[in-house]
Amino acid sequence: MTGPGPGGGSGTARDVLRAPHPALSAAAEPVDPIDPGVVAAAADLLATLRGLPATTGLAAPQIGLSGRLIAFDTARHPRSRSYAGECVLANPRLVGASHWDHGREGCASIAGLTADVLRATRITVHAHLPGTGEAVTIEADAFEARCIQHQLDHLDGLLFLDRVPGALSLHIQLHSCDA
Amino acid sequence: MGLSAVTVLGVDRPGVIAAVTGSLADCGANIQDSTMTLLGGHVAMMLLVSGDLDCDEVLKRLRTSDLVVTASAIEARRHFCEEGDGLGYVLTVHGPDRTGIVSAVSAVLAADGGNITGMSTRLSGRLYVLIADVELPKEVDVAALMRRLAAVGAGLDAEITFRPVEPDLL
Repeated sequence: MTGPGPGGGSGTARDVLRAPHPALSAAAEPVDPIDPGVVAAAADLLATLRGLPATTGLAAPQIGLSGRLIAFDTARHPRSRSYAGECVLANPRLVGASHWDHGREGCASIAGLTADVLRATRITVHAHLPGTGEAVTIEADAFEARCIQHQLDHLDGLLFLDRVPGALSLHIQLHSCDA
Repeated sequence: MGLSAVTVLGVDRPGVIAAVTGSLADCGANIQDSTMTLLGGHVAMMLLVSGDLDCDEVLKRLRTSDLVVTASAIEARRHFCEEGDGLGYVLTVHGPDRTGIVSAVSAVLAADGGNITGMSTRLSGRLYVLIADVELPKEVDVAALMRRLAAVGAGLDAEITFRPVEPDLL
């Protein structure tokens, strides 16, 4: 489910910003999904994600863009169950969340750290596809749900560190698979 | 039966935990509360052990070139599983590394009688992360405390979140 053109467009991979970059702490702005600039930004986000094999999702602020765009593809993750495909979404909104559970996650913008974070394991997200502007509904569970919520947090200027449930839940990263 | 505090700091290598706990067992020490972590490539252990421990004997057994060990008798202060009177919160601070982050934040908590009951800090590149478990007296004005924490965070260019603990009691 890719918005920016057939086959997901041909964007340009950008550098991923690392915390403590201030862009990662700022809330992103709503976008017009059919605006050509937004479509290009979505293509860049997807191209960047495709260039990071150990990363299952990215949000626009992580590549220095302030629009509410996320991209994810959890096909290769062993804890995935639902799979919406390779997705780029504009203005995603969490409209349903249930069955909460802790799970360990990392982030492409935070090197070397992971944490056990409480997330809903079943979610419903409303969004629009960049390019067509088509309204879509994503029903996700398990790791895909975690990945999407992690990206939604980025759009609100939050990192997974802001949701760590206690001092003993912060860990040195022993493997590389970022939400 | 006495209680002793043992601390171990040394270069991380396979077998450190086995060596330390084996020596304590040989000395007749029963491990009660303990914690272990890696700090910048060093293993750090703190243990409360019960038993009629000869601290000099423990130090003698654990004395190696790559371990710094202390052992001393202490008094029991608090029973395991005893409920505290305060309110549990989790503090997260993350931002660019600089001196004084922990002292600045902990001073704000201390001024309101807040007690840090657990803390982890990690440095990852330029990013400094602090996660603390905090117990607040019930009478604390939490909203006012959060405003003071936010002001300190702004002065440090750091993001601060302060939220109630969500216990998973089943």
